[in-house]
Amino acid sequence: MADYVIEMLNITKEFPGIKANDDVTLQLKRGEIHALLGENGAGKSTLMSVLFGLYQPEKGIIKKDGKEVHINNPNDATALRIGMVHQHFKLVECFTVLDNIILGAEPMNGVVVNRASARKRVLELSDRYGLKVDPDALVEDISVGMQQRVEILKMLYRDNEILIFDEPTAVLTPQEIDELMEIMKGFKAEGKSILFITHKLAEIKAVADRCSVLRKGKYMGTVEVADTSVEEMSRLMVGRDVELVSTKGESAPGDVILKVENLTVPSKTSKKDAVKSASLEVRAGEIVCLAGIEGNGQTEFVHALTGLEKPSAGAVTLLGRDITHAPIRQRSKLGMSHIPEDRHKHGLVLDYPLEYNMVLQRYWEKGFQTGGFLKSRAIRSYSDRLIEQYDVRSGQGSVTIARSMSGGNQQKAIVAREIDKDPQLLIAVQPTRGLDVGAIEYIHKQIIAQRDAGKAVLLVSLELDEVMNLSDRILVMYEGEIVGEFDPKTTDTQTLGLYMAGAKRMDKEG
Amino acid sequence: MWLLLKYTLLYASVLALVALGGMFSERSGIINIALEGIMVIGGLMGVVMINILNAAGVPAALGVILTILAAGLAGMAYSSLLAFSAVNLKADQTIGGTALNLLATALAVVIAKRINGSDSPKISYNSTTNKALCNLDFSFQVGKLTLNWFIVVAVVALFAAWFVLYRTRFGMRLMSCGEHPQAADSVGINVYKMRWCGVLISGVLGGIGGMAYIVPAVGDWNFEIGVAGMGFLALAVMIFGQWKPAGIAAAALFFAVFRAMANIFDSIAFLNAMNWPKEIYNMMPFIASMVVLAFTSRNSRAPKAEGVPYDKGSR
Repeated sequence: MADYVIEMLNITKEFPGIKANDDVTLQLKRGEIHALLGENGAGKSTLMSVLFGLYQPEKGIIKKDGKEVHINNPNDATALRIGMVHQHFKLVECFTVLDNIILGAEPMNGVVVNRASARKRVLELSDRYGLKVDPDALVEDISVGMQQRVEILKMLYRDNEILIFDEPTAVLTPQEIDELMEIMKGFKAEGKSILFITHKLAEIKAVADRCSVLRKGKYMGTVEVADTSVEEMSRLMVGRDVELVSTKGESAPGDVILKVENLTVPSKTSKKDAVKSASLEVRAGEIVCLAGIEGNGQTEFVHALTGLEKPSAGAVTLLGRDITHAPIRQRSKLGMSHIPEDRHKHGLVLDYPLEYNMVLQRYWEKGFQTGGFLKSRAIRSYSDRLIEQYDVRSGQGSVTIARSMSGGNQQKAIVAREIDKDPQLLIAVQPTRGLDVGAIEYIHKQIIAQRDAGKAVLLVSLELDEVMNLSDRILVMYEGEIVGEFDPKTTDTQTLGLYMAGAKRMDKEG
Repeated sequence: MWLLLKYTLLYASVLALVALGGMFSERSGIINIALEGIMVIGGLMGVVMINILNAAGVPAALGVILTILAAGLAGMAYSSLLAFSAVNLKADQTIGGTALNLLATALAVVIAKRINGSDSPKISYNSTTNKALCNLDFSFQVGKLTLNWFIVVAVVALFAAWFVLYRTRFGMRLMSCGEHPQAADSVGINVYKMRWCGVLISGVLGGIGGMAYIVPAVGDWNFEIGVAGMGFLALAVMIFGQWKPAGIAAAALFFAVFRAMANIFDSIAFLNAMNWPKEIYNMMPFIASMVVLAFTSRNSRAPKAEGVPYDKGSR
């Protein structure tokens, strides 16, 4: 009999209207790295939250070392020495690193928290595992990579032997990912058992021993990673063959459509500028990608281009016209389309029906209103056409409230609206964030089609695969500056990673 | 000059106590706009207890302690209404707090009239009506300066609050609930319990603060005027003090100077000579709070999760 440290047998967990886990079984061997693979919304995080005691399953049992256990809250999980690095870090930003690590498991000296002894132990662990942190720094001041190390130290501090990593690589640079993989292997060598949630196949190949696959909440099986090809795993995950790489022809750049000169944008949260004198050009018929780690000024840069924020210096020119201070509607009329980073905040009015969302930037046009009154019938037929043409799926078609739609279809609706405006410039920010492989494939095809139709495309993405796959030219942004320009055919993700992390930079010409 | 110092310290102790209460509540993640109402209830309980203990003839020292405890308990009981609506029912905290403010003054007037058995909402507790225990028992002299016991309570509360917040496990956990309740939950902290604690502590301090405003300064109180906006001023003190005990102490002194001026402007020669109406001085602390907050609130850093009901099950 195999030596299972954790068994989750026939777990079913329902949320209103959706079965997040449907009869899922997961068996973790002692001392293995076990990958949990699935698309977004396949139920991986839910399953792990059940194991960590954040949710209670409707059906199924959990066994630790062969004995049935009940995990009703994170305290129970900690007592069973189960620890978790959450996808969205659970750190108190205005606390120090040390306080975050000990929170909930504070060593006491009478009624006073014994920070001295905690500090000693944290430094010891940090040394032993090569997890460099500054115990006195505030979490809000440290990098995402260090925040993750804090989360890992939280688990080690509690002597956990079962470590859950929920999509740990999504926020890291390629170098940091390599480091993390080494750290995980080190834990394995010490006999700790690791559950590693991801949808990136290469990472599974790199570290995992076995891999369990979930699809739409259902358990699809467990495979030995060494004997299984990447294609087989992806078929198990998606349920059909997927083009992992979109195909596109050569680009034929034409006139300059967008020209940005020395744009500087102040930061809302700190005194430093978020964007520092950034310049770029986007030509007709090319996809220029702005790559970088989250929070390096991309958001503010795009906000300044689209008029959501005011730049403090520099100029933006669209089709030869200065739009640095132009109102948003004028930018839109000139031919700028924007697929925003936050589709809920800037993309849709969530409590409006889909049809109103489809004409958000056009309701004032002659075709959609007369004398200030909306022409409902024209709006309805326009919206129906977009839904049909772009395959936007929703419960009740045009009258569906946007909030009730799935993330993928909300995004498709935005893409439909922005592309159907027939723009000269398409600015797409994280257009596939949180979408499943099928929807990603579709949106990538639409973006390439825009390029081939001679439109200029500025893509902002954190996903290096997407960057390499789609772009004709790559610009890397680090701390608000553009630190390098690359041709995707002659560069690789490792090189990009060095620039994204600020380890290297190209000198500005001239 | 002694008079100015006396009133400044008196009002500073009120503002500090109530603002500290607000701090505990908001640090746990609950906006406590009901401080004004909690003060009224605490103040009412305080003066009612004075009269009960006076009738019972208890010694003054014991009476002082018992009445202060009673005011704190009354504030705590009243604040439990806020905790229940905000934590258990996940209601909007601002609306819940406003409702409690409206209720408190009305309730106090009804109770005061019932006690008097007449149409007067005024309760007396001065040395002419009370023999065993009266308002004067709460004050004492140090040289030429008149102090009161609430100042001592406020100073102790300031140090205790600092210690609890930054040195104890409870304080650390409380603050984590106001900043990032999901994080607190994920390390096994009971967010609902911590928020209840935060609100109840604010009730105790708010109740005592209400009594501190009413009793040492005058010998009778008309409950129709509630506590005349002191609870809201305390909120300004808490914000200006950046939700920190040391900051609150400084801010409380700052606003208290303005408030004290309203009481004694006619005994300061040059202020009296200007011949401004009393209303100007009454308005001063509120104008000061508007001006100060308008300039400083841009940089103020409220607890991140305050005002947001915590729902364990939400995804």
